[in-house]
Amino acid sequence: MSALERLPTWAALPVSLLLIIGGCVIVTGALGLMRLPNFYQRIHGPAITITLGAGSVLIASMIYFTAQQSRLVIHEIIITVFVLLTAPVVSMMIMRAAVYRDLRGRKHNSGADAGDVYRFPDEDG
Amino acid sequence: MVALLEFAIGFVSVCVILSMLFCTIRLVIGPTAQDRVLALDTLWMCAILLALVLGIRFGSLIYFEVALLIALIGFVSTIALAKFLMRGEIIE
Repeated sequence: MSALERLPTWAALPVSLLLIIGGCVIVTGALGLMRLPNFYQRIHGPAITITLGAGSVLIASMIYFTAQQSRLVIHEIIITVFVLLTAPVVSMMIMRAAVYRDLRGRKHNSGADAGDVYRFPDEDG
Repeated sequence: MVALLEFAIGFVSVCVILSMLFCTIRLVIGPTAQDRVLALDTLWMCAILLALVLGIRFGSLIYFEVALLIALIGFVSTIALAKFLMRGEIIE
């Protein structure tokens, strides 16, 4: 761990705090993915992992490498921008596929028609 | 201060691996196909975070490129799987 010992104190403290916060948020999101009862509730779990958890770890990585290399190293911002751009697209694609499959499969207890937004085909009302 | 940093890196490694375990459980028991796609997408995200944490642990900039590649491949594969669930084929 020689690379860690050369890190100054002003960088070690925020890196540690951001890593601990990020770890708690990541495990919370994955626990939500495992434990929630319905698919449309389950899709909310990984969103917190992708935004807040990944953001904490990425900012911690930026601070760490900036302090370690004694220059501004912020190329993790590429991953940040990419993840923040693609996460809503992926969520929307999976969500639309799930709604389509539940409506076409006539799964009435799946929660696809909750809130009266989508209706089952061949049903009036 | 080194002890706190070592503890934080160990803690976040355990958290990421635990969340990968939760995603794997959902991937195995998931009742429908869209649950499995969602679990696989979260598993890609946890792999990115694991690569970043390993980069902090070993102090190497190589792991950044690993994380970027995992992000790209994960996005494309998840979009392909969701498109396959939606339409039954990927390239129409």
